[in-house]
Amino acid sequence: MIMGGPLRWAPRLTLALLVVPVAAGLLGTLIPAFANDAKGFRALLDWPGLSPAVWLSLTTGVAATALSLAVTLLLVASLWGTRIFALIQHLLAPLLSVPHAAAALGLAFLIAPSGWIARLLSPWATGWTQPPDLLILNDPYGLSLTLGLVTKEVPFLFLMALAALPQADVARRMNVAQSLGAGRIAAFVISVLPSLYSQLRLPVYAVLAYSMTAVEMAMILGPTRPATLSGQVVIWMADPMLTGRATAAAGAVLQLAVVIAALLAWVLAERIAGLALIRLAENGLRAHALDALARLVAVLTGTATAAALILGLAGLAVWSVAGLWQFPDALPDTLSLKTWMRAAPDLASTGGLTLMIAVAATALSLALVLACLEAEHRFALSPGAGALWVLYLPLLVPQVAFLPGLQIAALRSGVEGHWLAVATAHLVFVLPYVFLSLAPAWRAWDPRISVAGLSLGATPARVFWRLRLPMLLRPVLTAAAVGLAVSVGQYLPTLLIGGGRVETLTTEAVALSSGGNRRLIGTYALLQMVLPALGFALALLVPAVLFRNRRGMAVSA
Amino acid sequence: MTGVLELQTLQITQGQTRVVALDVTIAPGEVLTIMGPSGSGKSTALAAMMGTLAPAFRTTGRVILAGRDITTLPPHLRRVGLLFQDDVLFPHLSVGANLAFALPPAVKGRSARRAQVDAALDQAGLSGFAARDPATLSGGQRARVALMRTLLARPCALLLDEPFSRLDAGLRAQIRSFVLSRIRQEGLPAVLVTHDPEDAQAAGGRVVTPLGTPVTL
Repeated sequence: MIMGGPLRWAPRLTLALLVVPVAAGLLGTLIPAFANDAKGFRALLDWPGLSPAVWLSLTTGVAATALSLAVTLLLVASLWGTRIFALIQHLLAPLLSVPHAAAALGLAFLIAPSGWIARLLSPWATGWTQPPDLLILNDPYGLSLTLGLVTKEVPFLFLMALAALPQADVARRMNVAQSLGAGRIAAFVISVLPSLYSQLRLPVYAVLAYSMTAVEMAMILGPTRPATLSGQVVIWMADPMLTGRATAAAGAVLQLAVVIAALLAWVLAERIAGLALIRLAENGLRAHALDALARLVAVLTGTATAAALILGLAGLAVWSVAGLWQFPDALPDTLSLKTWMRAAPDLASTGGLTLMIAVAATALSLALVLACLEAEHRFALSPGAGALWVLYLPLLVPQVAFLPGLQIAALRSGVEGHWLAVATAHLVFVLPYVFLSLAPAWRAWDPRISVAGLSLGATPARVFWRLRLPMLLRPVLTAAAVGLAVSVGQYLPTLLIGGGRVETLTTEAVALSSGGNRRLIGTYALLQMVLPALGFALALLVPAVLFRNRRGMAVSA
Repeated sequence: MTGVLELQTLQITQGQTRVVALDVTIAPGEVLTIMGPSGSGKSTALAAMMGTLAPAFRTTGRVILAGRDITTLPPHLRRVGLLFQDDVLFPHLSVGANLAFALPPAVKGRSARRAQVDAALDQAGLSGFAARDPATLSGGQRARVALMRTLLARPCALLLDEPFSRLDAGLRAQIRSFVLSRIRQEGLPAVLVTHDPEDAQAAGGRVVTPLGTPVTL
């Protein structure tokens, strides 16, 4: 009852918390870009690297998105309902929780000329006794950047597909289509894909916007001369001369325009693909021959994606305890904890601050999301499609386009450089993921439990605290772990709102990446990965222990 | 505690269709049975008495319980108990905690609350079950816990939403007579929704359709 008033406002407050920073940040970027007769734009146009940088942003972003979507759909189409599919579902949470920077650093260790792959093939296959002078990392075409993006975006899209599958009525539709003579892939494409994709659309747009503008992955894996447009914007922003800021703002505006253009082109491609699909269905697509090949490709690409991530992280772990490790050797000669011991004080303070920020951002996000979902339930609100778009807004608008403006606001108000300001900025990115993770389970809760509680005289608040929250403890903690992982992985908001003075594991790992102390990078990247993993472990463990004597609370499915 | 349940020209419409029209007074200890095929508005009538009707429905008339007009009260202030088709025990709480959840806050003190829970378990033939996981109970035991939980909240009326339809034949008669005898003992006005004539016969009261037409069994 007491909560009735404020609770009703929770959804609007939450949506405002997402819209206001993005809108204010965009405005704060637009103004300096056009100030002084658009001096920033003139400086931008004079930069010789402009067209290759824009081109790189487009090619790496579109290629990474198309590849990630293709791998995800191929995996779902050819493996749905099999044992391997169940196995992938189990692997998903840990893979998703790996921060982008750690994934990129791991991949770099794997594919670098002196990396694991080269070591395993040398000298017997390649003849190399020295690391070859090849530009594999930071290659000018952005291939390794694209690969890095794919390893991180496939788990994300796969998770989103998993959430959407129950509404696509897969089993019955596939049965009908296959009984009419279609092969497995054809049946999937014609009967399942349209409704599956309509729910994947927003996540795909988010992946496209992210891939085109990812900063930390581009700094670790991407080309350097020139960098991608977003990477260059961040370089300009760090320019101590104020002239760089105007150029950065102009670059950010251009980046936003390029993303919008790419999104529009993508929507156009969707339309064309939709028409082609109808034609295929009318022509009675069977394509039995495709099934075996598709399955093979799905298994190979899925395994390669997961292996790139897992082996890369294993490489980080090995480097962090490596003593002497000469080139063609697959493993170090000696192991030592020297790097860890030496870095321990810094790791502890950086890790502590990272955790503090993550816990603050996650706790506040979780409280807001729970308030929204509870308000939705109590006041029988039905959120429209607009609410979902707002939820995705911070994921669709490139970080590099609105964070610079937000940084100016933070500077003016004097909160820049405070860890709480950083946590607030993280909230904008953490909240959508917490909501997307928790909402399905929250909405699927048996409403009769609530009616039963109310009929026993319990207030709505008591039903919430004593029945709904404990019964949904597992998804709530999982959503919290997702939030923690998102916050730990944030690079640009930490760098910009923290003014370079708030050092988290992610900013440190990225800063170290240009150095080349692989052992030290290993420790930071590993810790960066361990924090979210601990969160997921707790989310599994705590409900299992609390409800060990409650068979009705066991994990179903 | 006890009193009559009056449905004063209670009419519910959905769009242009009238789904419920009841004008009836139910005496303490009496069971009114509402019968009809599925989708005929039986559950809608219960939801209106419970206060959980979806906004899509339009309601006129009044619901008076023990002299209080509860038509617009929120569900938790109505003192209307409800038994579902399933037991709907809270899976994360022990049997004892399920029962204690229903005890009014006026029952103060750990030992007093414990004593009431134990007494309720004794009456249901489930002595010593307080610490048990509800998921380990048999269907009949769960049904009895659900009834005792509802009664511990001291309702002024009881609504029964096909509470026997999921029980197998042998258990069904046994649980039904347990529930009906408790209703008479406590002197509660009750409304039973069912599609089974046997339930209606056992209830022994008037039988109507959701639109108020008397049904002859």
